[in-house]
Amino acid sequence: MHHSIIVRVKEEDVKLQEVVQAKCEGKELTKEEKQRLRKEKKQHKKNKKDDRGPPEKEKEKEKASVLAPSKPATQSPAHKAAPVPVNASASESPVAAEKPAKSKAEQRAERRARQDTERASKQGKKEGGQQSASSKPKATPNELQPVVKRLPEHIQVDDPAALKKLAKKLERQQVPLRSDYGYKVSLFSHLHQYSRKNPPTQQISIPATVIHPSIVRLGLQYSQGIIAGSNARSVALLHAFKQVIQDYSTPPNEELSRDLVNKLSPYISFLSQCRPLSASMGNAIKYIKKEISNIPSQCKEEEAKRRLQECIDSYINEKIILASEAISKYAIEKISDGDVILVYGCSSLVNHILCEAFEKQRKFRVIVVDSRPRLEGREALRRLVKKGIRCTYVLISALSYILPEVSKVFLGAHALLANGYVMSRVGTSQIALVAKAYNVPVLVCCETYKFCERVQTDSFESNELDDPDDLIVTRNGKTHLENWQTVKSLGLLNLVYDVTPPDFVDLVITDLGMIPCTSVPVVLRVKNVDQ
Amino acid sequence: MELQAVLMAAGGGSRMMDLTYNTPKPLLPVGNRPLIWYPLNLLERVGFEEVIVITTKEVQKALSTDQRLKTDVKLRLDVVCIQEEADMGTADALRHIQQKIKTDILVVSCDLITDVALHEVVDLFRAHSATLSILMSKVHEFTETVPGQKGKKKAGEQRDFVGVDVTGKRLLFMANEADLDEGLVLRKSIMRKHPRMLIKTGLLDGHLYCLKRSVVDFLVHNKCVTSIRGELVPYLVRKQFSKSLNSQNATEDSEKNQKQQDAHHNLELLSTSKDEALLQLARERSCWNDHRGDMSEAYHGGKLRCYVHIMEEGMCYRVNTLAAYIEANRVVPKLFEDPPIHPAAVVSERSLVGSDSIIGPLCQISDKTSIKRSNVGTSTTIKEKVKITNSIIMNGVTIEEGCNIQGSVICNNAVIGRGADIKYCLVGSGQHVEPEAERTNEVIVGSDQLMEI
Repeated sequence: MHHSIIVRVKEEDVKLQEVVQAKCEGKELTKEEKQRLRKEKKQHKKNKKDDRGPPEKEKEKEKASVLAPSKPATQSPAHKAAPVPVNASASESPVAAEKPAKSKAEQRAERRARQDTERASKQGKKEGGQQSASSKPKATPNELQPVVKRLPEHIQVDDPAALKKLAKKLERQQVPLRSDYGYKVSLFSHLHQYSRKNPPTQQISIPATVIHPSIVRLGLQYSQGIIAGSNARSVALLHAFKQVIQDYSTPPNEELSRDLVNKLSPYISFLSQCRPLSASMGNAIKYIKKEISNIPSQCKEEEAKRRLQECIDSYINEKIILASEAISKYAIEKISDGDVILVYGCSSLVNHILCEAFEKQRKFRVIVVDSRPRLEGREALRRLVKKGIRCTYVLISALSYILPEVSKVFLGAHALLANGYVMSRVGTSQIALVAKAYNVPVLVCCETYKFCERVQTDSFESNELDDPDDLIVTRNGKTHLENWQTVKSLGLLNLVYDVTPPDFVDLVITDLGMIPCTSVPVVLRVKNVDQ
Repeated sequence: MELQAVLMAAGGGSRMMDLTYNTPKPLLPVGNRPLIWYPLNLLERVGFEEVIVITTKEVQKALSTDQRLKTDVKLRLDVVCIQEEADMGTADALRHIQQKIKTDILVVSCDLITDVALHEVVDLFRAHSATLSILMSKVHEFTETVPGQKGKKKAGEQRDFVGVDVTGKRLLFMANEADLDEGLVLRKSIMRKHPRMLIKTGLLDGHLYCLKRSVVDFLVHNKCVTSIRGELVPYLVRKQFSKSLNSQNATEDSEKNQKQQDAHHNLELLSTSKDEALLQLARERSCWNDHRGDMSEAYHGGKLRCYVHIMEEGMCYRVNTLAAYIEANRVVPKLFEDPPIHPAAVVSERSLVGSDSIIGPLCQISDKTSIKRSNVGTSTTIKEKVKITNSIIMNGVTIEEGCNIQGSVICNNAVIGRGADIKYCLVGSGQHVEPEAERTNEVIVGSDQLMEI
């Protein structure tokens, strides 16, 4: 334990040196980076001053053991090492006391450190000059601690402290807590797993009063899969928000810009209980919250509501409808006559592209690859065939057999991560892998509003577990897996997403143009600077 | 607000006139509570804060004076009185209160006793944006002997034919045996869209409906519809597959259909909301379909959808016949944690009250009486040496000494003379049974009542 502390301090030194170097080289540092520098210098000085007595070490151990289960059980990839030493240093500073009993100063420091880590994680998401004060409902003081990425709660399900915090938060917001269902495969025990038989509306009153009825309806539609697909979920979310804003009336001594954001928080908690939020939904929510907080206080309520409705309409129009038009235009250039195009699952964007291409008289045929348990490919097949496109339908197990025929692969994306990885429906990375092995170009189509600042290199860390009972199938009246819960050594795993490394993706078609996968962080930075 | 609750409590109880000729059906005691308490309790439990109650003047008076109703029920009751003689159907009643209805409604009948998880019915209504969502339950056979029933139970009870799709949630077909003349006719359009349909006959309609607001407006325009269950629900179920509704075509030639056509359009137009374009966009982009195997989109593009939740287990009774009334009385006391003997009752120590009996407040049970498997109502006086088994005694009854009452229903304020032996009888309200009488399997009602029938 002692050894590792020293190692961490060394890394901290190295990092500081690098930062100092960068400064010397005269690179332009943004305001945030300068603040971070200042914080780290202070932190470093504080660490050197700290007295490393046994009580600190104990508290170290405690904090480390709390962190350990939240780390994935598999080997920690490179980027995980970075937050861990910083975490350790953050935990060291509150332990800056001689006595084991917490003194008032230490409590204050601890509280500040906690608030700063929250602040820092918020900052980490929004680089650039965005107002960070307004978007957080809880008031946070000025930060002075280094940037620490706090783990989001939806991947900390096996940590009882995080669960308790979540339960308390939901209780405060009067949102019912949905309980997990069934045995979870140990590699994914840090994720939620819900059953469709326990809907989130079990404990909600009828008629729904705490949560707006259109949000309850939306949550139900999410949890039952009636609205599925990244674009559909975002559009439905914004539609529901429009209704919420329509029915909203400012209480007497409140301001719309602050109160409406507070009103939206329990709704968002409820929706994430129904089904974890997608990256596109997260971006849409951030946009809405920013717009709401930007409403000037002298604006009248009717005017404010009208303005917000217009903002939502223009967001959908720009980011979804027009973006898909632009993407089709670019993508159609890539489709030539005689092409055999492979698509996977049902991506609304890819379907749109293919239908547009067909209308523009391109001659191509499509191979739709599908996988259990969702079998979304059937819906894609229906839409393409209805249009008149020649289609072939295979299951993913036949992938390597049909790939020799394929000339291009078009994939949709759920989100594009900041390190260039593509997060999409489970099975996509397999398709990309096999396509690479056969030297078939893989093109990913994704609107820019789905780009997210998260970084992930494996599919374990952050994923979604769907209802395991979906895997049960009845053939000839026999259901073999009916009593799977009674078999102690059996676990059913129904993953929803996986990540595809950028080496397998040849091109990403976005509304900003056709970019390589590694340019995603550039787009993110440009987008944030614009805003 | 999401839903408004409407409680229909104006019905006459036409199928159990012997019980209801003096007491209105909503006030019949079941498990020592008035029947209307049960749906009110259900609504209160799920979270409603106010209910519109449509009822007669008598019931309204009772609602404001009855102790049990006033104290136990914390809902705000908005009571709307209608004349008993007006003979209003349930749909007429909805038309009557059209002004009060601002959102979608949940219509409940006053004779429904159930422990259903109401969110199951309402979730179907919410998730699929349904126009109608109803509750049905598997019929349980009644095991108790019904007093006054001559011979076997009539097997010719009109059956309901209910057709559902493969998932068991979408309501495709609904007809009562009485309405089918020659046979069951299924439209080809239904079979084309839902090639697999399950037709069930052993279902009891719970008379609990979630209706969209536009349906109420539709009722206002179509005054010919009088009953929800009898006319409106089958109409809505049929209209799901009506060609005119789906294709939005206004070209119907015959004038007879013209009015109906307007009605159809009313139904459809009124159900579109603002931002319909956004909802449409979301649905288009979503990769979900409620059926597979054909080329049509989700819900076959239909705007009108009817859903049903069929209760497999759990309790669901509709107290509209004598048999149901007795069965409900048998089952209901087990639901509640109330003490079986009300603290305000005076029960002598030398009497024997079985554990499965309940005694209401202000009763007086004298020595050497034995009460087994029975419900005894409020303010009842039971003198010595009385044996009561398997019976339902309502409020204000006086039972003199030495009586033997078995498997019977004694209505309000009846008086049973001493030494009477009553087996499987129904003693009507206010009736006097002479001492030393021996009655078996009879319905004892006043002579004036007999005239009415």
